[in-house]
Amino acid sequence: MKRRSFLKHSGALVVGVGAARVLVRFGVDPGLVQAQRLDGAGSNQLDAWIAIGADGNVTAYTGKCELGHGLYTAQTQLVAEELGVPFGRVKLVQCDTALTPDQGTTSGAQSHPTNFNTGNLALAGATAREALLQRAAMRLGVPVDQLAAVDGVISVKADPSKKVSYGDLVGGRPFGLALNPAARRKHPREWKVLGTPVPRVEIPAIVAGQFEYVHNVRVPGMLHGRVVRPPAVGATVVNVDESSVSGLPGLVRVVVKKNFVGVVAEKPWQAIQAAGTLKVSWTSGAGLPSHRDFHDVLRRQKPTRDTFLVNSKDVDEKFTAAAKVVKATYLFPYQMHGSIGTACAVADVRDGNATIWSATQAVFPLKTSAAMLLGLQPANVHVIFKMGPGCYGCNGADPVSYDAALLSQAVGRPVRVQLTRKDEMAWENYGFAFVIDERVALTADGTIAAWDHEAWSPTMGGRPGANNPGNVVTGYLAGFEPAAFTPRSPAPDPAAFANNSNGVPSYVSGCVSGRCGGTGNIASQRVLTHNVQSPFFTGPLRSPERLQNTFAHESFMDEIAAAVKSDPVEYRLRHLSDPRLMEVVRSAAKGAGWQTRPSPRPGIRRTGVASGRGISCVLYEGDNGYCAMVAEVEVNQETGRVTVARMVIANDCGPISNPDGLRNQLEGGALQGLSRALLEEVVWDDQKVTSVDWRTYRPLYLGADLPTIETVLIHQPDARATGAGETAVTVAAGAIANAIFDATGARVRQAPFTPERVKAALDSRT
Amino acid sequence: MSLLTFNVNGRAHSLEVDPATPLLYVLSDDLELRGPKFGCGLGQCGSCTVLVKGQAVRSCVTTAGSVAGAQITTLEGLGTIDKPHPIQQAFIDEQAMQCGFCVNGVIMTAKAFLDRNPKAGGAQIRQAMSGVLCRCAAHGRMLRAITRYAKGVKA
Repeated sequence: MKRRSFLKHSGALVVGVGAARVLVRFGVDPGLVQAQRLDGAGSNQLDAWIAIGADGNVTAYTGKCELGHGLYTAQTQLVAEELGVPFGRVKLVQCDTALTPDQGTTSGAQSHPTNFNTGNLALAGATAREALLQRAAMRLGVPVDQLAAVDGVISVKADPSKKVSYGDLVGGRPFGLALNPAARRKHPREWKVLGTPVPRVEIPAIVAGQFEYVHNVRVPGMLHGRVVRPPAVGATVVNVDESSVSGLPGLVRVVVKKNFVGVVAEKPWQAIQAAGTLKVSWTSGAGLPSHRDFHDVLRRQKPTRDTFLVNSKDVDEKFTAAAKVVKATYLFPYQMHGSIGTACAVADVRDGNATIWSATQAVFPLKTSAAMLLGLQPANVHVIFKMGPGCYGCNGADPVSYDAALLSQAVGRPVRVQLTRKDEMAWENYGFAFVIDERVALTADGTIAAWDHEAWSPTMGGRPGANNPGNVVTGYLAGFEPAAFTPRSPAPDPAAFANNSNGVPSYVSGCVSGRCGGTGNIASQRVLTHNVQSPFFTGPLRSPERLQNTFAHESFMDEIAAAVKSDPVEYRLRHLSDPRLMEVVRSAAKGAGWQTRPSPRPGIRRTGVASGRGISCVLYEGDNGYCAMVAEVEVNQETGRVTVARMVIANDCGPISNPDGLRNQLEGGALQGLSRALLEEVVWDDQKVTSVDWRTYRPLYLGADLPTIETVLIHQPDARATGAGETAVTVAAGAIANAIFDATGARVRQAPFTPERVKAALDSRT
Repeated sequence: MSLLTFNVNGRAHSLEVDPATPLLYVLSDDLELRGPKFGCGLGQCGSCTVLVKGQAVRSCVTTAGSVAGAQITTLEGLGTIDKPHPIQQAFIDEQAMQCGFCVNGVIMTAKAFLDRNPKAGGAQIRQAMSGVLCRCAAHGRMLRAITRYAKGVKA
């Protein structure tokens, strides 16, 4: 539905959406702007964000979508709060390229920084409220400061019988105003709707089986498609024998575009049978490096793209002068998004136009990248977001949108595609594998004098963005290359401090070009990263790079503290300078009843079940949310099996929009982080990925031994809103590894901490 | 193709289907029900769970022909948005999900178990849920919701 008819239908006013695609980010601090690299143009026009109907009901438009993290509800709270209307009178329209502002990708824990500070949706709410107050002042002949806006009615404070409703002031007509950078947002201390645990809007429909996920989209004349992916990485089509499926019931078409192969049929089961029957001959694959040696391959691989995040250029001399040097290497595997439902999309491509119903996190970029794939004008592509299963980054939602679009274009009718479990798992954009070398120089009193970090990580493709459909499997098979890998060695000096990847540990000062953006006090610092080409597609799996780097930094900080026989909390605080990071560390420790002493715990017996505790912390992305976690574990020293008994999380994301939504994110992040720390690893043979179902890639099931999870929410009414969706997941692996060490004296440096790896670490204790 | 009758949520539907079709496709495509979901197609995650004669079955690996004529209940058959079943209400009360895609399997598996084992305790409930997967890791809230419902059943 076009916005015009939608608005007419919804009884709200008719507006043209943001003619001026101006970058609007009033008052957002530079760090956040830098992190907001995937943000869209937004709109500086109030009517692009908020409409008030003649009945006084509010329709708001956002380009940041609900992904299961409660954002739809929180954004509805935001609009209700700023406008002073009841929550139930706000209808939020999200992520539709024909209706809502282009806010790029919903990712990177950037939705709160973007829409809940002083720009975009928050500013639209504030601008609308002030405009309504000014109009009421004119209408009632009373200055604005003598008016009160409550429940969509503005009245004279001294004489409440003098009043006018929002519907009377503007209902059914556009505001015709630009966003006002001076409009004042309500201070968190004034909040009545924000800051309260409003229940999620979608949940009643979900539990009743009425909610429309993208999988439930049905359009008239819709057919069902199925893709046939190559049997090996790098295999290409030799021949597609269409006669092998001729006469199958319901088959509409076999579709081949370079190495993209699919079938379209009247019904899903017919498409499945046709895809299974179709004879396709493929070349053999390109061959894959050995899984067993993969981390060594990474370290040796050329060419590389090298980057210094910090380099004080005095590190080597500090090591020469060191009283003691500590070093260690940490390994992290490729991991999957592995969404609970396989990816699904519906596309209707005909007559030079395309409509795509998609669960992609990148609704607006998909409009352009799908246009490239289909050979259409972007203006003729309409992407409508429909929620899918939890995505956590870049799962199969983008490729399946392309799958549906290519198949629909071939048959000229709407086509729905849902991937098989194997097709999704074998070809998704995996979270990055990592090799991380950490090294510190210590002074005689056990203080860290210099920190040296060097890391290797493979990359290929990623989010398609606006113009790289080859960044995901379908676009690649259809003939587009992934974004070019551009080697660069040696690394240039850093131009400014940026810690979006959390490659820089929390304990260094982060001084670059005279500005210090770090959270610690170690002045001598060097962080050098090497990207290499990946044999598999990679993508921004929840807390990309940040989780892997934080696992290494926080494990290593623990190793250093143990080397100098310091308490892990005290030793962290000794090297931190950021008071908010220090506060989450103290709060998590206090919440957990932390006993001050060095790790490992005294009196370890080498048999039986041992218990211990560990801590880990992060300032996510260097500027986007503080978190610390204490994990308590039990280690079966005979089997190497680790059970996490308790997790205590302290989180500071500025002012808290919805405390229950925040708790849900922290609890889920902690447990997902536990699953990634203990269980999850992509494996492959010499030709193909062999993690293709829940037996060969086994995450945490509902029946597992689960920790109790406690959250300490630190509300900061005077601070800016930051992200909170990726903080807890980032710190879990480090906290668990440190607790294993505390319990047993054995250090695990390779994730996941499988019983075999833990047993090997236990057996190597001296 | 055969003409088969499916008794779903108290209503009979006669459909021309290949009896080898997994039940899930009949439910979600022919009948356009939104409760049961395709998660893996392998019976490994639980998202497609429905009740057949009160027993939890995985509709992605159950042929349509094998359950024709049997009483089938889906998530929609428990309660409605306005009048949720107590187990659905427990999930609302605990806000026990993130994306919610797995909730069908969680609720249907738990309900089938507790219907037969109303006095089950925490360890037995966990055992019953051991083959159900949630990838947002809302495990704690979901188990709290199930326990809340179980207490109501016992009361």
